[in-house]
Amino acid sequence: MTIQQLSAPGLLPDQSSEFVNNLPSRYRLALFWQVAFLASTILGIVVLTALLFNIVNGAFGLAAVEVKVNPDSLAKEGVPIEDQSKEQLIQLLQETLKPAVYQRLDTEKPFDKRSRSEVYALVIDRVVEPKVMQTWPLFDSLVHRDEVLAEIAAKYPEAEVRFLSWINFKFLTTPQSSQAERAGVRTAILGSLWIISITIVVAFPVGVCAAIYLEEYARDNWINRLIRTNINNLAGVPSIIYGMLGLAIFVRALEPLTSGAAFGLVEDPTMANGRTILSAGLTLALLILPVIIINGQEAIRAVPTSLREAGLALGATRWQTVWAHVLPNALPGILTGTILAISRAIGETAPLVVVGASTFVIRDPSGPFSKFTALPIQIYQWTSRPQAEFRDIAAAAIIVLLALLLVLNVTAILLRNRYSRRL
Amino acid sequence: MQSKERMVGGSPEAIDLRRKVHIGEALIQGFLFVCGVISILTTLGIVFELGRESLGFFTRQVWENTDKTLATAVDPDSTELSLSRGGTGIQAGDLIRIENEIMRVETATGEVAIVVRGQQGTEAVAHPANTTLFRGRRVSLLEFFTGSKWNPQIGHFGILPLVTATLITSVIGMAVALPLGLSVGIYLSEYASDRARKILKPILEILAGIPTVVYGYFALTFITPLLRGVFGQNTVQIYNMASAGLAIGILILPLVSSMSEGALSAVPRSLREAAYAMGATRLEVAVKVVVPAALSGIEAAFILAMSRAVGETMVVAIAAGQGPNFTLNPFRSAETMTGHMVRISGGDLSYDSIDYNSIFAIGLLLFLITLSLNIISQRIVRRFREVYE
Amino acid sequence: MLSLKPIAHPGSRVREVAEVGASPHDRYVIEARGLNVYYGSFRAVKDVNLKIERNKVTAIIGPSGCGKSTMLRAFNRMNELVPTARTEGEVLFHGQNIYAPDVDPVQVRRRIGMVFQKPNPFPKSIYENVAWGARINGYQGDMDELVERSLRQAALWDEVKDKLKESGYSLSGGQQQRLCIARAIAVKPDIVLMDEPASALDPIATLKIEDLMRQLAENYTIIVVTHNMQQAARVSDYTAFFNMDEDRAGYLVEYGPTAEVFTNPRDKRTEDYITGRFG
Ligand SMILES: Nc1ncnc2c1ncn2[C@@H]1O[C@H](COP(=O)(O)OP(=O)(O)O)[C@@H](O)[C@H]1O
Ligand SMILES: [Mg+2]
Repeated sequence: MTIQQLSAPGLLPDQSSEFVNNLPSRYRLALFWQVAFLASTILGIVVLTALLFNIVNGAFGLAAVEVKVNPDSLAKEGVPIEDQSKEQLIQLLQETLKPAVYQRLDTEKPFDKRSRSEVYALVIDRVVEPKVMQTWPLFDSLVHRDEVLAEIAAKYPEAEVRFLSWINFKFLTTPQSSQAERAGVRTAILGSLWIISITIVVAFPVGVCAAIYLEEYARDNWINRLIRTNINNLAGVPSIIYGMLGLAIFVRALEPLTSGAAFGLVEDPTMANGRTILSAGLTLALLILPVIIINGQEAIRAVPTSLREAGLALGATRWQTVWAHVLPNALPGILTGTILAISRAIGETAPLVVVGASTFVIRDPSGPFSKFTALPIQIYQWTSRPQAEFRDIAAAAIIVLLALLLVLNVTAILLRNRYSRRL
Repeated sequence: MQSKERMVGGSPEAIDLRRKVHIGEALIQGFLFVCGVISILTTLGIVFELGRESLGFFTRQVWENTDKTLATAVDPDSTELSLSRGGTGIQAGDLIRIENEIMRVETATGEVAIVVRGQQGTEAVAHPANTTLFRGRRVSLLEFFTGSKWNPQIGHFGILPLVTATLITSVIGMAVALPLGLSVGIYLSEYASDRARKILKPILEILAGIPTVVYGYFALTFITPLLRGVFGQNTVQIYNMASAGLAIGILILPLVSSMSEGALSAVPRSLREAAYAMGATRLEVAVKVVVPAALSGIEAAFILAMSRAVGETMVVAIAAGQGPNFTLNPFRSAETMTGHMVRISGGDLSYDSIDYNSIFAIGLLLFLITLSLNIISQRIVRRFREVYE
Repeated sequence: MLSLKPIAHPGSRVREVAEVGASPHDRYVIEARGLNVYYGSFRAVKDVNLKIERNKVTAIIGPSGCGKSTMLRAFNRMNELVPTARTEGEVLFHGQNIYAPDVDPVQVRRRIGMVFQKPNPFPKSIYENVAWGARINGYQGDMDELVERSLRQAALWDEVKDKLKESGYSLSGGQQQRLCIARAIAVKPDIVLMDEPASALDPIATLKIEDLMRQLAENYTIIVVTHNMQQAARVSDYTAFFNMDEDRAGYLVEYGPTAEVFTNPRDKRTEDYITGRFG
């Protein structure tokens, strides 16, 4: 671009007749585009707001709840169930539940070991059996409350109107269920935490070591150039491809190891397969490895050369210098990069689906060789169901996931601040 | 000149400078190197596994329904089959399958075929009349790339419907993300005050950090109803490519804007000052000087964004619909390459099934597309760096 | 007469360095022979022959970019840290060529320490800065005592004795540089290389560093690069003047006792440089 092309005619039009005063029109154009650029930016913010609003909108709201058995009818000798003793409640359960169901509940946890409030919760859940007939999004519930109430009154005359928060203590602590009202994210959260722990344990040391190698040891030869280019390319491979790699290598080829059969750690070797937490964690580790390496390299590169020279000039070896001076100074950067990478891994869904997340798990994972589900998997499955209640609990699960990510990122910032201050 | 005796140094306590074997150092360096090499192994693993299973896809015997049936029952040692009319013809040399038995056709004339029974380890058994004949064949690359139907279970191996769906969602995504992302980049680098930038950049980072499955939810529960409200319930299907494409656009917007912003702010100040000094307005400086100077950086961002859009999975799996559909109408439902891979592998996929092989073939194609895009993008970035660093 | 290798560059005039020193046996501690240093294909130092006398301060002077730092860093193999750098020729230290294949650069640097242009303390405590080098080199003695002695030798003890736990960065620039000197001498090197150690400091701090160099010369051999003529004249016993040829390759022009080089330069180029006519 040459200077002639850039320059617009001069500022003072009366100086020479060769220039026309086009400044007003140029300013109009400038203003137009400035507004356009700003509008794009604002649009970005609006979209983010819409996204968050949409999630909150789904996770809370009015609901029409119908009960199978009116609790008033369960009153005994004028005592409503709220005031009945534990023994009375147990008796009530025994009378109303099918014997098989009662038996199963008793084996899960004997009734005399349960507290009164637990038994009371059981009565509500199993006997009264509230059922959500329909839910309304938060926005309608607040702004068009009267219309919603009128609609409920018309459609569900029996129903009780409740303001429902899908995300609550019970949601966090109960496992999955085929009914939206009873479903929770306990197994999913535990699964996610297990998977991520394995990912960290594998990817962090390997990634940091690879970064140290590339920055501190690697000479400029073909193999090291190959490693560098390769890492950059790997960072751009779609995550689903990693899922296929995990499926072919960890789940299938290394099945004896990843299923735990080789270690004799599975109860039933015939049922064991490689679709375990371990396979999922390893797959995600491969996925975030390039990100950790690239961030690690940047952090190490940012350590001034003068520090390395000072160390080496004292007769320290490479590793002594790296360990004592380079790594401590690169650590905040490395940690931040790693936590960003882990945040990415926590939200990854596609590779886990491909590696073989289970569609229905109600038992807590007991170790690396358990079947797994994870928060994003749960969100995906619930979102894919046509019923509105499942969309709502998907929204609630999203809030849990975003909260987890938030905690992680805040930790990253705190860690970074703490370490940088020590310098 | 007396020379040799006056050697330098040689002090009484002779100093040993010789290399000692630092076993620890060597071990550490070796370990670090191995860690570096793991990335290469990952790539090799990807290429090898995708390649191997794809090879399995293109070499495996697939059984195609001939729409022919046995006209009469056959007993285990009869080599002559009488066949019904119609359906696809059978030729000498073909492998055919009736129930579980595989046979090789010696001669075939009209409705009669002479076969060798019990091929490939199968056992010759009796078959009743009206049993369907399947003909064995292999998937050709030509069919793979030009066929317009994809359903491996019943012998349709044309990847076009998946590719067009991927193209449509990506193009819509790009149409949203490129102009918006570039505008945001220009705004941040050329217009925004330091304070505004300090607020806006974290917002974009938040947007970039949201898991893609959340965008899928957003597409399905927000964008789709919006589209259906605007264009009508009948025009827009519940699952549609437009909604997925828009969500992809939002998803890659932060990538485009932050990379463009990076490229724009790398343009030296002197260039801007030169243009201002000639009486250019801020817009003229931004659009006619800075953007052209940062063009290759911006190009690289665009191409990387394209690669992200093509490889994006969860949004399309949730919002674009299930089942391959060869259509160019963005308001219709259609499955993309990634969407198909997720759906197929979501079930209990058994190894060595045609489905298993086929998703690896799709995966290989996807890998090659994104890899080429990434390599192009890196080339461009390198060129850009050479200019300004 | 002294033994001098044939003069490599047609223009160099290397005075015989003679007279001083007790035992001729260990009078010279390090010597460069036919030294060439390249960065890629660019030759930064050309055919240098130079002997450094024990327990003296030797100054390397010359115009900017003539290869002084490169020359200095060739004495303890620091150039190797630049991937493109390549060294030819020999550097004899106690009679051994430090570039011989079986020589470990780590051993070399342990005995030939270095102080850099910009103070570069480790981002650790003052105590740790001094102790670290000794510790990794397997120092067995009393660390507190070593730290104190090194800091005293570096004329820093009185200023920092109450805040040894504080970060090295809490010190002023001049103090930081003396801390770097203390750190270098804590591993008891034979030679301390200093690359313009005072150029980033104010005049008063500079003066302190110069005094320090004179004191250190009692126990150490010091080679100092400087572009400050007065400094070279004040602190050094010997001066080597470098210049560059038309290919920008640095070569040794003149070398001898500082007094002679400054008052009675044999080479016209040295005279021009010293009197400020170029450089
Ligand atoms: N790391 C390097 N890579 C390439 N060239 C270098 C490097 N360091 C120095 N040079 C070149 O070598 C020459 C001598 O540099 P230097 O020894 O730093 O000179 P001085 O210290 O005398 O100013 C200069 O031309 C410089 O550009
Ligand atoms: Mg220098």
